[in-house]
Amino acid sequence: MSERILLKGGRVVDPASGRDEVADVLIEDGVIGSVDASRSGASVVDADGLVLAPGLVDLHTHLREPGREDKETVETGCRAAALGGFTAVSPMANTEPVADTAAVIHEVRGLGARAGLCDVFPVGAITRGLGGEEMAELGEMVEAGVRMFSDDGRCLPNARILRNALTYAKAFDGIVVAEHCEDGPLAEGGQMHEGYHSYSLGLAGQPREAEEIVVARDVAVARLTGGRLHLCHLSSAGSIEIVRRAKAEGLRVTAEVTPHHLVFSDEDLGTYDTNFKVHPPLRTPEDRDALRLALADGTIDAVATDHAPHAVEDKEAEFDQSPPGTIGLETALAAVLTHLIDPGLLSLARAIEAMSTIPARILGAAGHGGPIEPGRQANLVAFDPGAAWVVEPPFASKSRNSAFLGTTLRGRVIHTLYRGDLVVADGKAQR
Amino acid sequence: MNKHLLSIHDVSAEDVVRVLDTAESFREVGTRVIKKVPALRGRTVVNLFYENSTRTRISFELAAKRLSADVINFTTSGSSVSKGESLKDTALTLQAMGADAIVIRHSSSGSPLTLTKWVKGSVLNAGDGTHEHPTQALLDLYTMRERLGRLEELRVAIIGDVLHSRVARSLSFALVKMGAEVTLVGPPTLIPPDAPAWGVQVSYDIESVLPKLDVCYMLRVQRERQRQQYFPSVREYARLFGLTRARVSMLPEHALIMHPGPMNRGVEIDSDVADLPNSVIEEQVTNGIAIRMALLYLLLGGTRTDDGEAA
Repeated sequence: MSERILLKGGRVVDPASGRDEVADVLIEDGVIGSVDASRSGASVVDADGLVLAPGLVDLHTHLREPGREDKETVETGCRAAALGGFTAVSPMANTEPVADTAAVIHEVRGLGARAGLCDVFPVGAITRGLGGEEMAELGEMVEAGVRMFSDDGRCLPNARILRNALTYAKAFDGIVVAEHCEDGPLAEGGQMHEGYHSYSLGLAGQPREAEEIVVARDVAVARLTGGRLHLCHLSSAGSIEIVRRAKAEGLRVTAEVTPHHLVFSDEDLGTYDTNFKVHPPLRTPEDRDALRLALADGTIDAVATDHAPHAVEDKEAEFDQSPPGTIGLETALAAVLTHLIDPGLLSLARAIEAMSTIPARILGAAGHGGPIEPGRQANLVAFDPGAAWVVEPPFASKSRNSAFLGTTLRGRVIHTLYRGDLVVADGKAQR
Repeated sequence: MNKHLLSIHDVSAEDVVRVLDTAESFREVGTRVIKKVPALRGRTVVNLFYENSTRTRISFELAAKRLSADVINFTTSGSSVSKGESLKDTALTLQAMGADAIVIRHSSSGSPLTLTKWVKGSVLNAGDGTHEHPTQALLDLYTMRERLGRLEELRVAIIGDVLHSRVARSLSFALVKMGAEVTLVGPPTLIPPDAPAWGVQVSYDIESVLPKLDVCYMLRVQRERQRQQYFPSVREYARLFGLTRARVSMLPEHALIMHPGPMNRGVEIDSDVADLPNSVIEEQVTNGIAIRMALLYLLLGGTRTDDGEAA
């Protein structure tokens, strides 16, 4: 492949190098070339008015394959990712079978490579079958390419198994253990955040302490082990305070927040719309505001989608019988642009950092997250920050359970380049 | 009136009076030899019960029949639901068959509201999860007004497992709406933490509350709550919060004893207490039919006389 593409006149926002300027970017053989080089023969892509940034990196994705291909496949999920400006995703291990062996990791990676729409970095299970008891063969999965381990969907039931996982993982470079923080018995049966709205809707509540207790426990275990801990989808203001103190102490702790927790709150559940049923639950507007501030000041490192596709018939059910989750790959960037950047809560550079530069660093995904400079793999997104659109089906995802359905967002991905290939051009997937 | 009855919040204080007054006029029908009026002739009412129920289902069935409506009883066992049919598909089926009103009982909070998205007819909530049971609240208000002559400033205690009780919620909201003074009584584990926001008082001491009451309303306490560690034993529950003969003597003479049923005799209420003269538990059942007739009539027929017949 010796294709040359010249992205002309875009606003390059590249937190890794600190650049924010209008510039041309030349792509040659899948990598970023020197703009001083001869541009002859390059196909020109007009990026005037677009923001050009390193491709987004998702730390938290559910692609459902193998097992629930009716909800999503690696291919459809990767297409949704590319359309959302992502050049890398991290499918979680809660598939059927669970991604707790190198064999399943190889399968998912192979499916990703075949789709060729973005990099797929499978997350391995910490425990066999997500059972919370026996450690899975982490070393073999590392050899198969795993960078992150998580039993996401479930919380590790006790501190001992986390201690052993964090300690054992030190044998391998750059491995991070990610935790879904939820105290099982305290959260049991909870359909939404426990508070005024859960009482008024007659839905069993799940108190924010169910998350905070585990965040506090896990931070203590991170201190005990010196291991690298990542906290998934934080939802409560109290959790943020614990993370803030852990970071001030110098512990190796990172944290993520989802777009839906940054935008919605328990006030949105008034009509029992199951698209707002997510785990952890949407909490109060005060929690949401605290999450926004924590993302802005870096206490929360990254935005991750927790893209969780579910079949229509599963979501069109009684509230307490419907599975939790919202899709998010196709709306994440626009949600952040609309609800955080436009109101001035977040700078564009910080948003790109939280959706690309830092998640790439957490995953150790070389070739992602910038800097946008010669010799680097050309994983890029070009988006129109002002374009308004209404979130509605059809989606590239096989599912349509979006909490953003029917809302208007601003910010539209126009081009996505994955290893120099225009996998999305003019807002349309090319494969 | 709104088109649907999903929650007491759907009903204004004026509507409550209108429902109670309409029920008053319908109650007489139940005393006739021929207990029937043609008000809803040709209309179809479906009872869609996803949860077991005796009194509420039969009460709705009788109410609809006394209004001459065609009544379909749909219970989940022995129906398409036991074959795995979803609520949506069941709703669309009933819609296709032309149901004018659907009375739904479901263990999932919010199901009646969800149902309104798929059907054109009126939806009446006959109890959804731990959310609301508005027709029970209205029949209780009817019973109190009939016996005590007013609702304003009535002092009512609702005693028991308030946390999991849709009856307690609807009744509290309705009583507060009508100007009554409500006290919730029970072990703190079974009182919703946001109760003060309902405009009610909370007490953990039944005996301090009883002497001031006009109505002592007992709630069913499921033995399952003991297994879930909401209280240590049924024995201790009955001892601390049960309505015993001794406690009844602390009530003013005029005070009513009420219970939505089904009772756990010996747990929240002593067996002989339930049968005392100031216990109006059976009247509640009788009044339930009149209230449900009034509601079906007002939601379905009250403003429509397309066949030229009114009640």
